[in-house]
Amino acid sequence: MKLAEIKELLQCEVLSGEEDLSMDISQVVASDGMSEILAFAKSRELMITGLTNIQSIRTADIAGVSAVLYCRGKRPDKKVIDFARQKKIPVLVTAMVMFDICGILYNKGLKGVS
Amino acid sequence: MTAELLRESYHIQGRNFDKAGEISSEIKVILKDLELDAGCIRRVVIVAFEAEMNVVMYADRGTLTLILTDRDISLEVVDEGPGIPDIDLAMKEGYSTASDEMREMGFGFGMGLPNMKKNSDEFCVESEVGKGTSVFARIRLDADA
Repeated sequence: MKLAEIKELLQCEVLSGEEDLSMDISQVVASDGMSEILAFAKSRELMITGLTNIQSIRTADIAGVSAVLYCRGKRPDKKVIDFARQKKIPVLVTAMVMFDICGILYNKGLKGVS
Repeated sequence: MTAELLRESYHIQGRNFDKAGEISSEIKVILKDLELDAGCIRRVVIVAFEAEMNVVMYADRGTLTLILTDRDISLEVVDEGPGIPDIDLAMKEGYSTASDEMREMGFGFGMGLPNMKKNSDEFCVESEVGKGTSVFARIRLDADA
């Protein structure tokens, strides 16, 4: 599924990486625990988290995920968005809660990593 | 004979959460520039990042040394901090002594050390209570991710 479709499906606002919405996403890793992301991400997933500090983007970069989606309407500050832009990681935000996001994406055929 | 190709040491400042992870990001850039295997780079930077976060969260200061040879990449992380009283317990997934502040940063869920071990081909931790902790990890260049 294209990131652009995920954006529409979850009514996201794009905070960085508008030019990369054509990327393909087939797997998802979702957690507020960064070590959990680091332990389970295999690279190139969509990462869903409610943690909006700088460590979320650092973790995304280190784990090699393709894009970050912040849930529950939580918005990172400018410094975090700038850092994501620098690392070329698209960042989206939605008002939906983690459970609903995962349910919707799962129904559309996306899979988690294990 | 193993030939050492690169050795770089970095100072880690304890409790500086803003800078936490910068060294690991820099290591990722260095290793990518050297065009090493992506899976290998991934394992190295995950170990480096978890180690760096541990020093930032628990210690006063520390040093991370990256050593690249023609066979493997080693990370030596030595800190001055409280030390670990029971290393076997600390290696158990889910065991944590993290504060609320650390958990708010998304860390401290008892996965750091097990995660580092999982991503290493050789891994050991030594610690002296009241002095500090040393972590050594080796990742082979030819190992499967």
